[in-house]
Amino acid sequence: MKALRNYLNRIKPNFEPGGKLHALQSVFDGFETFLYTPNTTSKSGVHIHDSLDSKRVMIMVVLALMPCLLFGMYNTGYQNWLAAGATEFPFWSLMLYGFLAVLPRIVVTYVVGLGIEFVVAQWRREEIQEGFLVTGILIPLICPIETPLWMLAVATAFSVIFVKEVFGGTGYNVFNVALVTRAFLFFAYPAQMSGDKVFVSTNSICGLGYDLPDAFTGATPLGQIATFTGGKLELLNIQGNPISTWDAFLGLIPGSFGETSTLCILIGAAILLITGMASWRIMLSVVVGGLLMGWVANIFQTPTYPASFLSPVDQLLFGGFAFAAVFMATDPVTAARTGVGKYIYGLLVGVVAVLIRTYNNGYPEGAMLAVLLANALAPLIDYCVVQTNVSRRMRRLKARA
Amino acid sequence: MFNHNRFLNYLKCQLFQLIEINKHSIIFLIFVLLKLTYYYLMRRTINLRKGLNLNLEGALPDNELKAELVPERVAIVPDDFPGFLPKLDVKEGDAIKAGQPLLHDKNDADVKLVSPAAGTVEAVVRGARRKIERVVVKVSGTEKVTLQSAMTGADRVKALLKESGLWAMMRRRPYDIVPQSGDVPRDIFVTAMDSAPLAPSLYAMVKDKQQALVSGVKALSLLTAGSIYIGVEKDSGFPDVPGAEIVEFPKLHPAGNVGVQIANIAPVNKGEVVWTLDVVTLVRIGELMDTGVVDCSACVAVTGSEVRQPRMVKTLIGAELDTLLKGEVKDDGRTHRIISGNVLTGVTEKLDGYLHYPYRHVTVIPEGDDADEFMGWASLSPQKMSVNRSFLGHFLNRTFNPDARINGGRRAMIMSGEYDKVFPMDILPEYLLKAIIAKDIDRMEALGIYEVAPEDFALAEYVDPSKLELQKIVREGLDYLRSEV
Repeated sequence: MKALRNYLNRIKPNFEPGGKLHALQSVFDGFETFLYTPNTTSKSGVHIHDSLDSKRVMIMVVLALMPCLLFGMYNTGYQNWLAAGATEFPFWSLMLYGFLAVLPRIVVTYVVGLGIEFVVAQWRREEIQEGFLVTGILIPLICPIETPLWMLAVATAFSVIFVKEVFGGTGYNVFNVALVTRAFLFFAYPAQMSGDKVFVSTNSICGLGYDLPDAFTGATPLGQIATFTGGKLELLNIQGNPISTWDAFLGLIPGSFGETSTLCILIGAAILLITGMASWRIMLSVVVGGLLMGWVANIFQTPTYPASFLSPVDQLLFGGFAFAAVFMATDPVTAARTGVGKYIYGLLVGVVAVLIRTYNNGYPEGAMLAVLLANALAPLIDYCVVQTNVSRRMRRLKARA
Repeated sequence: MFNHNRFLNYLKCQLFQLIEINKHSIIFLIFVLLKLTYYYLMRRTINLRKGLNLNLEGALPDNELKAELVPERVAIVPDDFPGFLPKLDVKEGDAIKAGQPLLHDKNDADVKLVSPAAGTVEAVVRGARRKIERVVVKVSGTEKVTLQSAMTGADRVKALLKESGLWAMMRRRPYDIVPQSGDVPRDIFVTAMDSAPLAPSLYAMVKDKQQALVSGVKALSLLTAGSIYIGVEKDSGFPDVPGAEIVEFPKLHPAGNVGVQIANIAPVNKGEVVWTLDVVTLVRIGELMDTGVVDCSACVAVTGSEVRQPRMVKTLIGAELDTLLKGEVKDDGRTHRIISGNVLTGVTEKLDGYLHYPYRHVTVIPEGDDADEFMGWASLSPQKMSVNRSFLGHFLNRTFNPDARINGGRRAMIMSGEYDKVFPMDILPEYLLKAIIAKDIDRMEALGIYEVAPEDFALAEYVDPSKLELQKIVREGLDYLRSEV
């Protein structure tokens, strides 16, 4: 470790203003502070600071996403094997297959996103901010596994620049960057990004897995509902067997890479809540909102809106609902910031997610749109909550006068 | 056959006997009950739940005075008195008495800062643009100024306070500055507790000065038509003082901050003025009224993990830190941060620096600029102090030895609701801070800027994962507002 520190100290002058590589100062600084906690000490105000910093916050969120990532790898392999009609599912082969399938996607999002962050940080002469560490892993997790890499790159670049950097960078964005990436893909490339082609990996990678025939289709449960034409609603897996609630809970169903497993999302939620990185108020109220709307929809079930046949619990298990509740709605920058506001914001997300999903057959991705809508309304919700504090102060003043 | 009456008689006898035997216990019990009811009914207790007590190494073992240290030099620093525009009353080489004015306020020439000791003016240290940074007095002799004290009316008391330098030891809200001449304070708030990390007990400092306490309250009551509130630590045994309302608070920082006490007793509204002071100043006022002399001695806690033996010492206001710390700082090869005050609101000083207002606390901690921590953000070390549950140390009931590092980089406000957890006032700190940063005066007013002082944000600044300089922001906001209004 000492050698590394000495090495960094030796090359540091190159990156300082006037040095050969001063154009990379922010990048160097980013790596240096990542490796060694900076020993700058406080100059004004308090003399001691809490050990928590935004690097740790972001890393804890990444850690909470790990179960979903690992399960996503397994499930990607599992769906490929299953589609090919395999009867044996060798664990390590499935994992390796899934790993190889997702790796290029993670690399592409990080390279594009972090690249833009580095350039902007250098341009603004600021420290590199850690926000994209989380975003960069969220994006592959919420996209279908067969999303073309160039689309991923374009969408990532779009949302990092136009949703985050133009607003001032991490901490100033109005909308959740990862979700805008997903929405961009969804609206810009609807043919490639929805339907039943993209949710199952259809090619063998490095000799692993199976090449599936072109005519292969593997629709997600919500996709099946969206194309439901009548008769008895029965959700099937890609082999044509019914999906049990247990399968949906474990996540052995087709879907976006990391959001199928409610179990792994719950593990992530536990990590976030135990470490206090995400707001329990938001998570709780999203779930309550979803159950409430699911229950209402289920009471008034009708074949016109086939999703109303789903029980409230199924509404939580299928699609991106649970993932949105735990990882998307709780993004502190884009969520409501006041205590009461968080409850309202969460309820809004939950209700609208199920509302869109049920009463708009074209959009199975209700959770994504619900969070984006709530992002837009969060400042308004907060404004109202802040106004109650303001008017309480005004009343106090009037009472004395 | 069962005789009803006989049985009742028997019971009656037994009962009387029981009472007769336990007479003393019963009287005692009633007495205790009365006393308890008195404490719980007569005294207002405000239970604050938000806050944080930091368990730092280097706490005082007790509040007994261990030594009396007479400093070679004392200094008065005008910057400790916001709102006071210093003008010199002395020049270098002048011989002066204890209590003689060194400086007066340009806005109100009657408001003085006085020398805490007799001696000669050794230096007037000036900074950029000839700003007076401090006036240093070399201590010799015991001559002191005696004022003609008399509590004959508000004007007389005000004149005495201004002349004696005690006026400048008080603060007023809005703006957290030295009281202005035209102020008509709605109420006066006295805090008799210091809940900051490692702080000494204020009650212990004034315990044997009850007479002065009473006189102090009497003097202050001439200055306000409202109440005089004394915020005390719950169950500390603080006595009743005629003319003042005692309000109890739990020992959970920042409950000792007078701003927090105001917010929970009777918040400041726009257009109102309140005065604040600590109980030590109150006692000094009382003594001034009784004797005509200001007691410039100060009980100071010398604490912190880098101090050999934390202890209480008696010295003078503005004492040279060298006097307090000579041979007391650990010789462990680390760089030290010497803080005049507590770790949250104190002023960084060097060993040749001086004790700053409010003259009761010195803390020495490691500076930490010599540390090289590999991937500190991933640390699992139980040594790390944090309110966050991702750190092991959070779950351990232990003391910590934090250094002065910021432990991260400055960021925008990312996490929400972190400040609120340590902010026991009906104010939304995030929004108020944003209004201050945006210099939006209407919004600042609406969100309660008149109620706060920088120190109220100190704990929030400590917990902030974005490492923003909240106290500085608030101070600049208050100054901006004062210059605009």
